[in-house]
Amino acid sequence: MEIVMAVVIGILFMSATYLMLSKSILRIIIGTGLLSHGAHLLILTMGGLKRGSVPLLGESAGPYVDPLPQALILTAIVISFGVTSLFLVVAYRTYQELGTDNMDKLRGKESNE
Amino acid sequence: MEFREVEYMSSLHWAILSPFFIACFIPLVYKQFHRVHTGWFVLFLPIVLFIYFTGFIHEVGDGRHLSASLGWIPSLGINFDVYADGLSLLFSLLITGIGALVILYSIYYLDKDKEKLHTFYVYLLLFMGSMLGLVLSDNLIVLYMFWEFTSLSSFLLIGYWYHRERSRYGAQKSLLITVLGGLSMLGGFVLLSFMGDTYSIRELMGQTGELATDPLFTASLLLILLGAFTKSAQFPFHIWLPDAMEAPTPVSAYLHSATMVKAGIYLVARLSPVFAESSLWFWLIASAGILTLVWGSYSAVKQTDLKAILAYSTISQLGMIMSLLGAGAAALHYESMDKNIYMAATVAAVFHLINHATFKGSLFMAAGIVDHETGTRDIRKLGGLMNFMPITFTITIIGAFSMAGLPPFNGFLSKEMFFTSMVRVTEMEIFNMETWGVLFPVLAWVGSIFTFVYSMIIVLKTFTGKFKPEKLEKKPHEAPLGMLIPPVILASLVIIFGFFPNLLASTVIEPAVAAIQPGLSQKQFQIHISHWHGFTIELYMTLGVILLGSLLYITWDKWKCVYHIIPGRLSLNRMYDALLAGMERGSIGVTKLFMTGYIRTYLVYIFLFFIVSLGITLWREDAFAFDVGNTAPVRLYEVIISVIIATSAIVILFAKSRLTSIIILGAIGYMVSLFFVLFRAPDLALTQLVIETISVALFLLCFYHLPKLSSRKEERVAFRLNNALISIGVGVIVALIALSSHSNKLFESISNYYIENAYEEAGGKNIVNVILVDFRGLDTMFEITVLGIAALGIFALIKLRLARGTLKDENE
Repeated sequence: MEIVMAVVIGILFMSATYLMLSKSILRIIIGTGLLSHGAHLLILTMGGLKRGSVPLLGESAGPYVDPLPQALILTAIVISFGVTSLFLVVAYRTYQELGTDNMDKLRGKESNE
Repeated sequence: MEFREVEYMSSLHWAILSPFFIACFIPLVYKQFHRVHTGWFVLFLPIVLFIYFTGFIHEVGDGRHLSASLGWIPSLGINFDVYADGLSLLFSLLITGIGALVILYSIYYLDKDKEKLHTFYVYLLLFMGSMLGLVLSDNLIVLYMFWEFTSLSSFLLIGYWYHRERSRYGAQKSLLITVLGGLSMLGGFVLLSFMGDTYSIRELMGQTGELATDPLFTASLLLILLGAFTKSAQFPFHIWLPDAMEAPTPVSAYLHSATMVKAGIYLVARLSPVFAESSLWFWLIASAGILTLVWGSYSAVKQTDLKAILAYSTISQLGMIMSLLGAGAAALHYESMDKNIYMAATVAAVFHLINHATFKGSLFMAAGIVDHETGTRDIRKLGGLMNFMPITFTITIIGAFSMAGLPPFNGFLSKEMFFTSMVRVTEMEIFNMETWGVLFPVLAWVGSIFTFVYSMIIVLKTFTGKFKPEKLEKKPHEAPLGMLIPPVILASLVIIFGFFPNLLASTVIEPAVAAIQPGLSQKQFQIHISHWHGFTIELYMTLGVILLGSLLYITWDKWKCVYHIIPGRLSLNRMYDALLAGMERGSIGVTKLFMTGYIRTYLVYIFLFFIVSLGITLWREDAFAFDVGNTAPVRLYEVIISVIIATSAIVILFAKSRLTSIIILGAIGYMVSLFFVLFRAPDLALTQLVIETISVALFLLCFYHLPKLSSRKEERVAFRLNNALISIGVGVIVALIALSSHSNKLFESISNYYIENAYEEAGGKNIVNVILVDFRGLDTMFEITVLGIAALGIFALIKLRLARGTLKDENE
């Protein structure tokens, strides 16, 4: 299963990178979303899959699966939600103010030019 | 490093640090007592310190040295060690003595209603403290620190009138050149400490012989000399000093003639015992000094600004002291006393150091008075001021004649000694002197002729000749009494030292010379400076200087065209400007190569670095491993979910509409939460479900406002190919890492600790929850903070629009 997951994670990272390199803000946001999914699955896979029962004491006898990656991922999910929503609002406001979502057109001007 | 017995804050430490302490209170005093000139509050400090240092004269004269140590970074051998011998004491007296006079002078020079006095005196105190620290430190690193502090305070003081373009230019130039030298000096210090295994100057002096054979010896010598030469404005690094004259005149008198520019001389004198064995040391110092002397005095003659003349004259006088120290280094090669005529050069160097501080200080102050009372320093506009400013005129005569080397002033005595040393240099039997040695007295003589010429220019063009009131901004009159006192004191010293040079000889000069040449015990020599040596070659040289100098002064109009021989664009200043402009252009160009301003470029850097660094590490460390064993079993529905995620991730690349992209992203999110269920992570699954739902809702909320996905046809094929290659690289690397991390279990998971202790320590049965809110509670708190900040950001972004909207309404 881990090998299958490695392939899935690789594909998620690949298309996330491709989306982030494009010029449209929306595609970049979707790319970061995909990237965080990939990262979460990567952390989970690194800890080993299905090597025990749900990490709830007393519900079933041990051994339990590794709880630490789960704790890390839980934090990461919430943070990536925060990032995505802020990013969305920035994109939305940018589009409203400037009328474009093309990153090349948004390039800042250097003051000394 | 060596064990030190004394570990306390000695009075010397306090003396060094006191200006810094006082400086902290100056802005407050300036605010509170605005009606009184701030200078009066500062004045007491150098006076007290001067008296404090005079107290040491007797003790140091007896050959006793004061030292104290204060641990700073003992593990690195860096300690705030202070050490006062004759040389340090001489400099400390100069710094505090001239400092007191300069502050008194500045009280009348700077208007208390127009100038920002608090910054001026803070910078000045900063300088005074750093300079004292420089000359009293025994530790090379501490010395370096104070050295750079003096450069910084000099920068601040030159740029004091920062609204003037020339001030800013001069400040930057001085900082760039002196800090360049300072950095190279630091390199030399570090090499020196490698060789001697200590940062203490005294300990280094103890191992002179061993150091000279070290392969790093020459490198460290060159680096340290670069520092000394830039600081003391030696040719070709002298170009910063004339531009430093943009500083207020008290600063020029203090930093740029009496004290700071002599830091390089101090360093050369201080390290002479360490390096003087080497012939390179002699050749570099003596020839740089003599070249600077000639070039400085030659350039001084063509200047039209009084302060510029004085600046070039300072350069040339510093060169003279430097060359004397070089000649004095030869003394170390002669064991017997009767042959040791070269020690006289060191005596002359120290003596001239003092003389220069007195006559140049009085001249700078006189020039400042002329500037202050007439509104110009241009000698083409000045003239005939003798009747308006008789006292200033007298001061200038005394200072200038002493500088020109005329009797009976102190400059005459040191100039004679200088000639003696340069003539004796030719008789040296070491360092291949027979080849080029004869140039030294010749160049010294030529330099002295020009010195005579510009000294006459200062006096005669300013005070005699035709009075031109129409060219002056103010009606000239004599300066106020307070402004005259400091230069009068200095001018009196010029005369007193001229008549009674032996007042200084035993008290200050002997201990200082003993510090520069520790090989000679102090009992071995008695310094006696006399006025009359008989009809010697030195006397004829002086007579020649006066005759030829007068001739050159009178025929100035006939030969001034020699100054056009070197075209302006070949001058060192132009080269400096071109170098600076070139470096600016170059760095802008280089920066623009990679800082393009496109976010995509930066992402490409990040991804490429990711691929290359991780790829190389995987390959070099042979970390990649592929192990099919020990895997979890694969179920059919897991495969189905995997396939769905993989296809969705690829399909999303080709999605044409926003809605499709958002829905596919949501689908992937839900599939991931299904995975969480399968992989025994119920908490994750729940959270992911909730978050995914909110995210999709948020995306759809913004749906109407979000722009259309730009058609991929706008993007060129090469662009897409590049992106595809980079993304495939990232994907492959991540997959490899995932595989390797599965196959290499290098150590046991630390999670057992949490599993075992979750219930006992935290009383919770859900281990993931316990980790989040209990074991790693602080992380979770920060996570909440991040969310809070994001929420505030979103709120502000929406509010911002409202604010703009109202602004527009108002405008309409």
